[in-house]
Amino acid sequence: MNLSVDVVEETNKSIVNLAGEIDAYTAPELKEALLPLTKQSGHLVEVDLEQVNYMDSTGLGIFISALKSTKENNSQMTLVNIQDRVLRLFKITGLDEIMDINSAIRGGSE
Amino acid sequence: MERFDFIELKVPAKAEYVGVVRLSISGIANRMGFSYEDIEDLKVAISEAITNTVTHAYEDNDDGEVTIGFGVYEDRLEVMVADHGGSFNLNEVKDGIGPYKHTDSIEDLKEGGFGLFLIDALMDKVQINNNYGVIVLMTKYLNETEVGFDDDQISTTQ
Repeated sequence: MNLSVDVVEETNKSIVNLAGEIDAYTAPELKEALLPLTKQSGHLVEVDLEQVNYMDSTGLGIFISALKSTKENNSQMTLVNIQDRVLRLFKITGLDEIMDINSAIRGGSE
Repeated sequence: MERFDFIELKVPAKAEYVGVVRLSISGIANRMGFSYEDIEDLKVAISEAITNTVTHAYEDNDDGEVTIGFGVYEDRLEVMVADHGGSFNLNEVKDGIGPYKHTDSIEDLKEGGFGLFLIDALMDKVQINNNYGVIVLMTKYLNETEVGFDDDQISTTQ
């Protein structure tokens, strides 16, 4: 019932590897790690959700905040390797329409 | 009178206990024979209900409690989430919930606006009583193929 947040820095790009559950308890940690990354102009933030097996609306809220921040700071965010169960919440809420979500292709450049 | 088993759980109104309740409902629903997908739906719905009480009702003091009741029936699971410590403005919470629409601007999206919407989308029946604290009563039926009353977006997924 925890979340691990691991950030790998590359040139003009941060890869955020998440593992565990995103809920009211773990969301603040994610927000603290994710938002500063979106404040760098021209930066790409790639969030890898492959190991995230649970998420609820608190997680959606963080990604909404991060998306807003990318618009304000001229940066980009993409969500990759998202599991079906988690993707479903983005679809139900319509957020898949406005977020850059890539569920099928493996992200990262390692 | 319809027979049912009743399980009651009382946890501190703190975010770290949301996961504990989630494990509890997972166990109960699994015991009843709910599908993997339905169990995942139940986990999200109950987390949303408790997160609501944790973040809304006890902002000023953190010594409140949330009471969760599980009514285990032959054909359904009824879940009651009650906070008797305070109350949040239900109209305020209802305001602005719903799926994102193309006409909405991203700036207008609320960070916390999807909780009740998700409960409504994932459960078969939801009632909210705001007269005395906040009580959310939600029901999920076993072997229910039709999910939600009016939201065709739900039934088309998976």
